[in-house]
Amino acid sequence: MLNEKYIKVLNIDLSSGKISVDLREDLKEFLGGVGVASKLLLENMAPELNPLSPEQPIIFAIGALSSIFPVVTKTVAMFISPVTGELGESYAGGRFAYTMFNAGIDALVIKGKAKKPCYISINNNRIDIKDARAFWGLHANQVGQYIRTVEGGQGKRSIIRIGPAGENLCRIANVNVDTYRHFGRMGLGAVFGSKNLKAIQVTGDITKEIKDQKKYLKVYNEIFNKVTDTKLMTKYHDLGTPINVNVLNIIEALPVKNLQQAHLEDAEEISGEHFAEKNLIRKIACVGCPVGCVHIGQVRREFDTGHEYETLNVAYDYELIATLGSNLGMSGSDAILELIDAVEEFGLDAVAGGICLAYATECFEKKLITEKETIVPLEFGNKENYLKAIKFMATKENEFYAALSDGVAVASQKYGGEEFAVSIAKNEMPAYHTGYGAIVGYSCGARHSHLCNGGYSYDQANHEFDKQALVDSVFDEEVKRCVLNSLIICLFARNVYDNATILSALDAVNAVEPGSLNDEYLEQLGLRIYKTKLKIKKALDFDLSKIQISKRVFVTPAMKEILDENLTREMIEMFKKKNKELLASDI
Amino acid sequence: MGKVLKSNDMNKCIGCFTCQRVCAGINHKSFTDDKSAIKIRTLGGLSGKFFATHCLACTGDIACMNACPTGALTARPGGGVVLNEKKCIYCKKCAESCIVKAIYFTDENSPPIICKHCGICVKYCPHNCLTMEDKDDA
Repeated sequence: MLNEKYIKVLNIDLSSGKISVDLREDLKEFLGGVGVASKLLLENMAPELNPLSPEQPIIFAIGALSSIFPVVTKTVAMFISPVTGELGESYAGGRFAYTMFNAGIDALVIKGKAKKPCYISINNNRIDIKDARAFWGLHANQVGQYIRTVEGGQGKRSIIRIGPAGENLCRIANVNVDTYRHFGRMGLGAVFGSKNLKAIQVTGDITKEIKDQKKYLKVYNEIFNKVTDTKLMTKYHDLGTPINVNVLNIIEALPVKNLQQAHLEDAEEISGEHFAEKNLIRKIACVGCPVGCVHIGQVRREFDTGHEYETLNVAYDYELIATLGSNLGMSGSDAILELIDAVEEFGLDAVAGGICLAYATECFEKKLITEKETIVPLEFGNKENYLKAIKFMATKENEFYAALSDGVAVASQKYGGEEFAVSIAKNEMPAYHTGYGAIVGYSCGARHSHLCNGGYSYDQANHEFDKQALVDSVFDEEVKRCVLNSLIICLFARNVYDNATILSALDAVNAVEPGSLNDEYLEQLGLRIYKTKLKIKKALDFDLSKIQISKRVFVTPAMKEILDENLTREMIEMFKKKNKELLASDI
Repeated sequence: MGKVLKSNDMNKCIGCFTCQRVCAGINHKSFTDDKSAIKIRTLGGLSGKFFATHCLACTGDIACMNACPTGALTARPGGGVVLNEKKCIYCKKCAESCIVKAIYFTDENSPPIICKHCGICVKYCPHNCLTMEDKDDA
């Protein structure tokens, strides 16, 4: 905690209703964020039990610089993922980190299962487990509206909540954060549901004094100017991440129709430029970020004759446009926004949800399943039926949709089509089919995300291919991002927060013992955190040699190149060797 | 004549709260925004519009100044008040009298957080939602 020698951990046991606080000096060596959360997950998890057992913990943590410097906006959630069965890690922006900071909580550990649906209300030191029976079944947006009306704290609160998908234990369910952000990947929504936990709302106003104002403001201003006066973050503010639709289409790395192709002849109608022109109505920011990358698109929908319209305001990003757009053969930004709105309301992870629908569509086309399973015919480009199928997944309408809502790895075990179930390590693949860096990165990354180690950026940087160099680069980036995620910055600002900037920011607020702040400290910190994650994965029997990789990624060319599975697996083994060395080290 | 804070372009606001951060950080040496004299709010969650609560720089018959029993608040050029902390007895009558609720008592036995129209929030606002404008005292 800022200005203190300890990390403040709030423990909530939903089974007993017991609440306790630990002031942990020993956790300081993990700095904050993902470091602290990893250690707490390792301590609290029950490796022998199902990810949805009441005993399993949910950990939330903010970082060492949360809320006090520009673009340090994220909260990390760690849990055992019901999707992959191993380490679960997810980040969200919005206001959750800001309110945790204001309430004076560094980390939150939730265990147990409430007897009846509940939500947790935190207001500084007042913590209540409240009745949420009437909220059960509500859409993510609706429950937010209700909690806003019964709780105070307008303008300085955060409400995170699940939709029906989480309640129904769909393994690809997400947690909605403040309407427009999410703990999206890896199934945290189902873990909430397994605990009868509908929502958490946090407000706070505990004052924390600035000890060295001159030093703090100097560093704050340097970072603020870098964020607002340089080109480092322009991309995220202007068209936002959807700029990547055209970029990835041109280099042929855009998933199309269940990754049967990586290129569209004409991507204009779903491009970031088109969304900006036709639908963009405003941009908003996570608290503490002067960039404001959250792009809100509007679509008008006729719900009855006689000019009866409703308006949907939907946050959109590249990966959602790819997975619910090009990957489902959708044309037109309006239709994609409608699909995004549907997964939002039902509380499904948009990326996994899109890939599940694409898999189901191909199964239907190939006659592995019929309308007996799908209820409505699933066809690429058919929005109306996809809207129905999203609901069927969230409500587990029949046996097929129940399996599908657990992800393509589960569904394909039952209904076939493993070769085109586009997942890696059971996690639906991120929407960047750029090459070996991406596939090795997804496979080896602690949470199987493109954001673990930026392997997809390595591919796009056009390095001359060298397997050792690729593995080393991806590994080093994985470790480096453990540091960024202990702060916890938004990774869009990763070029702003270079080592020198991180060190001066930590120094300005006395976050670390003076004298120990140098590059060596950061490197050791990254390795210590990554090693803790490896310990978690080891305890959960994760083995990179046994990792499942969809055959589809070796059939559809990535940036015009067919990838070789043997070579990919060779690089994964090289990565595994590096992991093993780290695990055996003294760090 | 004097310069006062205006928030007439809040349609452009992205809700980054930088104005709160710098007001609390610079004027009150606080890492937490409860010490900010400007507060950004939303109605109806993040899908609603943002608006800013801050001192509206009343002139003439100034409610908070009139409510203050000790004369700790005096009229400032252009509008609003100047706080003399030494005269403040923390009675909170100023906060009660302010109909836009722009005066905050955050600690017991401490003077209020009250906007002094210094313009620091304006300087940092990335979208120019906030401005300093000349205003007559009358």
